[in-house]
Amino acid sequence: MSWRDLLLLQDYNTRVVVSSTALLGCAAGLVGTFTLLRKRALMGDALSHATLPGIALAFIIATATGHNGKSLTVLLFGACITGLMGVAVILVLRNSTRLKEDTALGAVLSVFFGAGMALLGVVQQMKGGHAAGLEAFIYGKTASMGFNDAMLISGVAFVCVLVCLLLFKEFKLLCFDEAFAGSRGVPIVLLDLALMALVVMVCIVGLQAVGLILMIALLVIPAAAARFWTQQLSTIVFISAGLGAAGGMTGAAMSAAFANLPSGATIVLVCSLFFLFSMVFGTNRGVLVRFLRRRRMNRSVARQHLLRAIYEVLESSGDFDQRAVSFASLLDKRSWSAKRLSRSIQSAAQDNLLDQTDGQVHLTDEGINEASRLTRQHRLWELYLITYAEIAPSKVDRDADAIEHVLEPEVVLELEALLKASHANVPPSPHALGTES
Amino acid sequence: MSKESIPLSVYDLTVAYHRKPVIWDVQFNIPPGSLVGIVGPNGAGKSTLLKAVMDLIPSASGRVEIFGHPYRDVRHRVGYVPQRESVDWDFPINALDVVAMGLYSKIGWCLPVRKKHRQAALEALRRVGIADLAYRQISQLSGGQQQRTFLARALVQDAELYLMDEPFAAVDAATEQAIVEILQDMKSRGRTSVVIHHDLQTVPDYFDYVVMLNMRVVAHGPVEEVFTNDNLQKTYGGRLTLLDEVSEAMRRQERTL
Repeated sequence: MSWRDLLLLQDYNTRVVVSSTALLGCAAGLVGTFTLLRKRALMGDALSHATLPGIALAFIIATATGHNGKSLTVLLFGACITGLMGVAVILVLRNSTRLKEDTALGAVLSVFFGAGMALLGVVQQMKGGHAAGLEAFIYGKTASMGFNDAMLISGVAFVCVLVCLLLFKEFKLLCFDEAFAGSRGVPIVLLDLALMALVVMVCIVGLQAVGLILMIALLVIPAAAARFWTQQLSTIVFISAGLGAAGGMTGAAMSAAFANLPSGATIVLVCSLFFLFSMVFGTNRGVLVRFLRRRRMNRSVARQHLLRAIYEVLESSGDFDQRAVSFASLLDKRSWSAKRLSRSIQSAAQDNLLDQTDGQVHLTDEGINEASRLTRQHRLWELYLITYAEIAPSKVDRDADAIEHVLEPEVVLELEALLKASHANVPPSPHALGTES
Repeated sequence: MSKESIPLSVYDLTVAYHRKPVIWDVQFNIPPGSLVGIVGPNGAGKSTLLKAVMDLIPSASGRVEIFGHPYRDVRHRVGYVPQRESVDWDFPINALDVVAMGLYSKIGWCLPVRKKHRQAALEALRRVGIADLAYRQISQLSGGQQQRTFLARALVQDAELYLMDEPFAAVDAATEQAIVEILQDMKSRGRTSVVIHHDLQTVPDYFDYVVMLNMRVVAHGPVEEVFTNDNLQKTYGGRLTLLDEVSEAMRRQERTL
């Protein structure tokens, strides 16, 4: 198949398979968002691993009784039975022993998967047991999917999407505040069961496309990636579904193009790329955004330190008319390097707060206003700490320093009222001014 | 007084966690239109009592009646404010979404929150004084603002009996004042509020009826009669050591089985 064929989805069968996988990814993204918020993400992992013995057993029984062992319906039915058994065992272990849920989860996951592998070995030795094809359920292989399989997947995925959208508000309440939901008469157990049923459905129909080992990735990664972009649940759900669909589609298409590429791996890798991209560039919690925010904060703190230092130097010299101080006197004022200081001065000069002439820094009108405002705020806070928090005057400067950068106007108003400070003037410093020790 | 007019009656209520009794034979009636404080030391079973009243946890024995009916028949007449720490405030929704949750049973299953519901939610936020923060993410709210959001979610239902679990815990002075005003306002409109409270000094100022709880009801009645040093001593001083020991022994035995 050529790339052109693939990109345009020329082949009818490929088109059907790719769109059904996309729909599956969409459903997994939706369901995954809610399981993640309900903090039950790993339940899907245990469930999908526990499906393997069911698949092998269904194949053995069907072949032994003379039916077609490769029928998808039969295999998925078997998968469903042991998958649910796995979840039930976890719940029983958790409730009847004092094992923690993660321990029970790990034990069940590995034991069921091990049993499945052993049964697959049995299948391989059966007479006439064409076990080839069963491993598609482990790693995922869209190439082995037929039209009917794709239709089944699409149908189930569509139902999952529909249920998620219909119960959106109920799931939101369940995930956020279980106790309140209970007090309003919302049937919590039923809703939890519904959510679990959705996970089961997505996992089971996802076995063929994604494979049971990597199914959890499709449930977790899109939902986790979406949280980097927004803080609004409806948008998260939308993004997560979109990422899941895109991942499913690309992965399935790639796997159709390269016969030896397991589609599960491709889907997961594509999804992880989305995740990495979101982690770095996400507009809400992305690494880059947070870095920029922190840098902006640091800069504004440096600016505030600079202006206050200039003000205090002016204060000690009493030279408010000239409004000029030397670079050297500023350098003595705090424990900052000359490089950092000149960088702050430059950035303040760019904003017209001050101008610089050979070793002298001169505040503009705007600069002196800002400097006196900041100094005043700082001293009010210091006074507050001394009066109300009983902090020694010698230590107060550092404490005030840490907090004053986040003071909001309302807090400053409250400080003024509390300390009965008049509006205009800057109170004198409550401690000796000097170089920072 | 007819049964129907009594907002909350608790008869012989016993609740146990893992066979360890948390509250024993609790029994009291709450007069209508009163502002009730529930006080008691940590582990006295205050939250458990509220949860058992709303059938959120199973009770070992006893009976609860709200306006003379079982809770499930009169849910819509009861508003609940859970403890603020009981939820994850990093959840991706805004304040208005939280308040709208109080209307879900009115909205009905599967139907979206509509404009009139958002308006009602906004009005509730206005009553608690944070209408301007309606579209702020809940993680960006201060502790006091989060508590007000929870209060607004209960107010939006317009219930007749309110059950509140430590609404005054770790809130700023302004929020405390706002909550007190709302409680007073509800009282003046004949509503009943049952509030778990931990600051003993403010009990006589805020409440007119008090239930003193330490696994069992030590005393209940009007504040001026019941909120005495003697009763406080009984509530906070002597734990029920024998009861504690027996139930602890029962639990130990359970663990070895």
